[in-house]
Amino acid sequence: MAEIKLVNVSKVYKEEEVISNLNLTIRDGSFTVLVGPSGCGKSTTLRMIAGLEKESGGEIWIGDKLVNDTPPGKRNIAMVFQNYALYPTMTVRGNIEFGLKNKKVPKGEREALIQEISEIVGLTEYLDKKPQNLSGGQRQRVALARAMVKKPKVFILDEPLSNLDAKLRGQMRTELIQLHKRLGTTFIYVTHDQVEAMSMGDEIVILNKGEIQQADSPMTVYHDPNNIFTANFIGTPAMNILDHHKLIDYMPEVNGDVKYVGFRPEHIQLSLAENKDPHSIMLQSEILTMETLGSETIYTVKNEAGVMNVKSVMDPLYDVKHVHVIIPFEKLYFFDREGERNRTVTIKRDEPVLVKGGI
Amino acid sequence: MVMNKIRPYIMIAPAITVFCLFFIYPIGYMIYLSMHDWNFVSPEKTFVGGSNFKTLFSEREFIEVMENTFTYTTLTVSLTISISLLLALWLNRQGALYGMIQGAIFSPHIISLVSVSMLWMWLMDTDYGLLNWFLNLFGISNVPWLTDPSTSLLSLVIVAVWKGIGFNTLIFIAGLQSIPRDIYEAAELDESSKVRTFFKLTLPMLSPTLFFLTVISLIGSFQVFETISIMTKGGPINSTNTFVYYIYENGFRFFKIGYASAAGVLLLIIVSLLTIVYFRILSRKVHYR
Repeated sequence: MAEIKLVNVSKVYKEEEVISNLNLTIRDGSFTVLVGPSGCGKSTTLRMIAGLEKESGGEIWIGDKLVNDTPPGKRNIAMVFQNYALYPTMTVRGNIEFGLKNKKVPKGEREALIQEISEIVGLTEYLDKKPQNLSGGQRQRVALARAMVKKPKVFILDEPLSNLDAKLRGQMRTELIQLHKRLGTTFIYVTHDQVEAMSMGDEIVILNKGEIQQADSPMTVYHDPNNIFTANFIGTPAMNILDHHKLIDYMPEVNGDVKYVGFRPEHIQLSLAENKDPHSIMLQSEILTMETLGSETIYTVKNEAGVMNVKSVMDPLYDVKHVHVIIPFEKLYFFDREGERNRTVTIKRDEPVLVKGGI
Repeated sequence: MVMNKIRPYIMIAPAITVFCLFFIYPIGYMIYLSMHDWNFVSPEKTFVGGSNFKTLFSEREFIEVMENTFTYTTLTVSLTISISLLLALWLNRQGALYGMIQGAIFSPHIISLVSVSMLWMWLMDTDYGLLNWFLNLFGISNVPWLTDPSTSLLSLVIVAVWKGIGFNTLIFIAGLQSIPRDIYEAAELDESSKVRTFFKLTLPMLSPTLFFLTVISLIGSFQVFETISIMTKGGPINSTNTFVYYIYENGFRFFKIGYASAAGVLLLIIVSLLTIVYFRILSRKVHYR
């Protein structure tokens, strides 16, 4: 087990800096998820930790060892690749055994390890098959077994579930969480899927353009985003972000530098009747689209302030064209000109709000 | 209804006709001729049964021809394949230099064999050739490349290898590039040494390419003709006389058509057998994805 520390790490590809001055500490035993849009540098960061990519600057520490010049095989890590990277010329047993043979582990010990691991991941009856005769989920398990058998200090997983179908993905997600609990080893997991990140990680690192936007627990990231990027990236549908001046007529004055105002779709209430709650923004809106997802309904509505998404757990409003959206003041997030969160803003609540009516 | 049943046959008729006319018929006719005595011009073909084959095996010269052919094939195929593989492993990377070298070693492939033969005859000339001039620089005395029975066959092998490696290297590089990079990364994480990665991963995954190239070079070398016809005419003292050249000489210079056909039939059988055996034994070890 080991803590991983990245100190001022940077990576330059042909004069283009993909990662600049990254500082990150990955807690020992944590399930840390690196998440971000494609090209944000998450895979590059992962590959640098694994040693498959040489960092252009900075230091990478695994445990109390500086590993900048340590070859991948000696870093005491194991990796699961996106398309598994199984050795197609070897059987499942051969795949799991390969690393052990290279480490000159004696045969008896090898056998015992393979038995143990293949039982954990449920591969015992497939040991003599070639990877190409296995299903996607089984291949995934082989990849996991191959990683586990080395008893590494750190597990690195690069979008391991992206090649599986939705149902299997859900199942493997649960299994990975259980596996992490069972092993207690540090897991570093890369994904572009924010749902995966939220559901699996106990620590989420949100990256964009090679820079860390926020590193926190899933719930903190969700409820207390540092900036517009994080607010937008985590949550489906994304947080509604509007220009402050478009809402200025519907809410009391605020003190502080505010350029944007954000609120989560599920914090909006829909009401057919006008509701004069003094602690909410009320906007008369037109329903543009409605997506009924069963347990919830997502509306896209248009009003004077702009277009916004609303998530509602109430029964769908069929044949309704006009509604009032109500956004409580305490659910508003404020951001400054650079898109950074301004946490010091307070609303002068007692001031009467001048409500403009009609569309 | 009837039309529907006939249509497929009509569709493939042109191809089948051409195939029969230029492939099946000549083979049949060769087998027919191999059992006759004929001088190419006389209207009469005397039936002699298997006696042409009997003569073939009792002929000292033919046994030599067989030996030459086998030696030539073995050396050419093994050298071409191994050198190409090594070159491919070296050249399989990005960079202008590697691209240039790749282009350079491929260029012999597009030159006609006649030109190649002429070029090498000049290079290998005992007295005025560039090769001997070069060897002289290091104090090595003239090598009688094409004019001595002990070196002539080897000289032809050198020419064949020189002409063949470009194409083979190219195909090997294509094969290497089809191996996913993350497999190598996984091996790196598994602490596999370079040599072990090569023998355990690269070579097995390259086996379809290796197999394909070996089969086509095997068949190609067995039928070597142009270089011999231009550079040595089978000499000196029969040392470079190989199967196809022997058939050509007997058929079209000595006009022993029946005898030459018998040798042709034998060549057909040997090449077919070699191919079948090779497929049977080795295809089981080939890893197809």
